[in-house]
Amino acid sequence: MSLFYFVAFLTILFSLLVIFTKNPVYSVLYLIATFFTFTIHYILLNAQFLAVVNFIVYMGAIMVLFLFVLMLMNLNKETEPVKSNLIKIIGVIAGGTLLVTLIGSIHALQTTAASATPNSEIGLVANLGKVLFSEFLLPFELSSLLLLSAMVGAVLLAKKDKRTQNG
Amino acid sequence: MDNISATIQVVPLNHYILLSAIIFTIGVIGVLIRRNAIIIFMSIELMLNAVNLLLAAFSAYSGDASGQVFVFFIMALAAAEVAIGLAIIVMVYRNTSSIDINILNRLKW
Repeated sequence: MSLFYFVAFLTILFSLLVIFTKNPVYSVLYLIATFFTFTIHYILLNAQFLAVVNFIVYMGAIMVLFLFVLMLMNLNKETEPVKSNLIKIIGVIAGGTLLVTLIGSIHALQTTAASATPNSEIGLVANLGKVLFSEFLLPFELSSLLLLSAMVGAVLLAKKDKRTQNG
Repeated sequence: MDNISATIQVVPLNHYILLSAIIFTIGVIGVLIRRNAIIIFMSIELMLNAVNLLLAAFSAYSGDASGQVFVFFIMALAAAEVAIGLAIIVMVYRNTSSIDINILNRLKW
């Protein structure tokens, strides 16, 4: 039980460091640490498949993409023009208001207690695969279309435009 | 495995909701106070992950596998979104030599 609170503390700490660190490269590294704590949360929740996918897709693919773009654009220095303090304070106050609203609505909500029998088999690949390929077959196929169009779009956008380059 | 199940039963669901709300709020604050487009993008990733964690928690507590399938779809969506978004940021950087989002306000004319 105390493991959950320790990991939750680490999650909040690292995600605060992500948004308050000046250097973008350190920010990406802290984000990787945050995603690692999310992986531990999934393991604690008995969602083994999600833990593995989170580890591979988020920490492996997405974060490498972020680091690659940062290094490609030579942005690993603290050149960001800072916003004025007034804007920052207003932003933090707005976020705090959102948090208070969310917590208030959680308190108003009467959540039922946890189910009596937490099924530990639910997060395994076999069970999730059965649900994914029977109940959610159409969305699964559509997501393949989404990934294809994203791939084509990314290549199209990031490609150097020959005409504007010469003219 | 029994140890893990015991962990689930002891931690109340409210604490997962609270944790997700806090991380989502941190993401919102990051979008509001930073001007570096890549860090704004990372804050959006934080928000997506908060929602993922909440869906997984609900799924584990109610014994329904649909929530975890939703998380799987959100991850596929996030991968597509990151590819497109970073391509757009690379284009912006190539045209303006900066990824300060305040430069982008010329788009409104």
